[in-house]
Amino acid sequence: MTPIIIVESLTKQFGNINAVDGISFEVQSGTIFGFLGPNGAGKTTTINILCTLMSPTSGKASIDGHDCMKESSEVRKKMGIVFQDNTLDKELTAYENLLFHSYLYNISKRVRKIKIDDALNFVDLYERKDEPVKRFSGGMKRRLEVARAIIHQPKVLFLDEPTLGLDPQSRTNLWEFISELPKKHDVTVFMTTHYMEEAEICNKIAIIDKGKIIAQGSPNELKKMVGGDVIYLKTKDNFAAINEIKKMLNLEAEEKGGEVFISVSKGDACIPKLINTLGDMVISVRLQRPTLNDVFLKLTGKTIRPETVSGGDELKESIRSYRRRFDRG
Amino acid sequence: MKSDLNAIYVVVAREFIKFARERGRLISTLARPLLWLFLVGGGMSKMVSHDTLGMPYMHFIFPGILGMTILFSSIFSSISIIWDKEFGFMKEMLVAPVSRSSIVIGKALSGTAVSTIQALIILLLFPLVGLKLSIIQILLILGISALLSFCISALGILIATFYENLESFSVIMNFIVMPMFFLSGAMYPVKLLPDILKFFTMINPLTYGIDALKHMVFHEKKLLTHDFPLIFDIFIIAAASLSFVIIAANVFEKRK
Repeated sequence: MTPIIIVESLTKQFGNINAVDGISFEVQSGTIFGFLGPNGAGKTTTINILCTLMSPTSGKASIDGHDCMKESSEVRKKMGIVFQDNTLDKELTAYENLLFHSYLYNISKRVRKIKIDDALNFVDLYERKDEPVKRFSGGMKRRLEVARAIIHQPKVLFLDEPTLGLDPQSRTNLWEFISELPKKHDVTVFMTTHYMEEAEICNKIAIIDKGKIIAQGSPNELKKMVGGDVIYLKTKDNFAAINEIKKMLNLEAEEKGGEVFISVSKGDACIPKLINTLGDMVISVRLQRPTLNDVFLKLTGKTIRPETVSGGDELKESIRSYRRRFDRG
Repeated sequence: MKSDLNAIYVVVAREFIKFARERGRLISTLARPLLWLFLVGGGMSKMVSHDTLGMPYMHFIFPGILGMTILFSSIFSSISIIWDKEFGFMKEMLVAPVSRSSIVIGKALSGTAVSTIQALIILLLFPLVGLKLSIIQILLILGISALLSFCISALGILIATFYENLESFSVIMNFIVMPMFFLSGAMYPVKLLPDILKFFTMINPLTYGIDALKHMVFHEKKLLTHDFPLIFDIFIIAAASLSFVIIAANVFEKRK
């Protein structure tokens, strides 16, 4: 395993606010790396620096051995990006959007069409390639953007809040799709999100809050930080069950709201033992594992607020019609 | 180098696709000069006597109307940079492995092409106002139109680099474009303006463009035809174009 993205004590100040405050991390090649944190934590600023749109105040960042500041042209060739806000040209067709992209990335004429068709097939939009993008749904636009971002076979793919503003079904689809990317396209994925459940598919997560990384690790490692699993049992006789558990399994157990509550490190392995011990006293078993939200809560003392969908797109549509009036006036 | 040419191609091709698809845009940019020529010009010609100008007023404003066509279509074309910023497509180009200057040059070239075509359409109306132009004159006028279009497009790009959103649009229209039009000698002779206004016409690149067009449209020098030597006009427009492009490319190159 070799790191493909290396970030060292990266800082970005806006006025006297540290939007990114001395963060360091590495992303291993071929993995999905998640940047998890609330709005305004510094996720997008970090991406903007990595993708050469912004200069950091101090610190270093490199992609595939190329410095993001000094060798921006090399870095740009090696990365693909899907921004938080849509960057397709909505007046052009899906095919034209990808065609222009292939020109910008200097893809040779010989393979241009094949690559575009492949990408369109991959995101299931081939049938609609000649329609203007403005007729596409939010989910389709996002998929088209992902297709565009992988045409030039980048080594690193940045996804900034890729599911923001999508309906639950498109979100699930897109998520499955993203999890297949490293294998199918030989790409490292760097994504930001504030949805805890989405971060679960990452190989590694960095939790960022107020510009600082407050924890890093695999989803399981992070969850262990908040302690183990919790098993809830419904039994015919809770009092007898608790005694039995303490005596036979040497575990702490107590009654909570009519259920027996047991805190253990490996819940799944513990359930068979409990059933064996208690036999037909058990009516039902429920296992609750800690979520990344619990991790965030424990580290920062607050939960990540689910964001209300950015009104950005809607606002822009109204500005567009405003523009048309002006143009013709 | 190859990738920069590709980038220029992308910017120009995109502009042409949009130009062809948005019929409304062509009609609206052509409607404006036509309204000015026939409604304002037609009305004014009854007030401004033939003797004051040494020619009919409709003839006098014809080069100015060409300049207006070029001014509006060039500015509109390059102001689209602000739309590209607002709607995101600019980011797609900024993260691509192409130089920033190629984006600026592409925009300037597409603005030039689009507005030269529009100037040609207006130019071909010359028999309607009673002007007589030879083929040579028409070609020379087109040449000047292309040069002026490039200059104004480059200025538009420069303006657009300083604005991030569309609220600024009416500011640009009311405080830059309209004054540029009025203070260019398009509607009235520069010579007759008071000194303070004369100063603004002197720093307005459009003045020299329209002056050069006057050289081409009118065969002989009359009292109020042109104000400057042709070579001077061309030099000023070329110098202004070059500085606008260089400054715009530099501003574009800077990272936040």
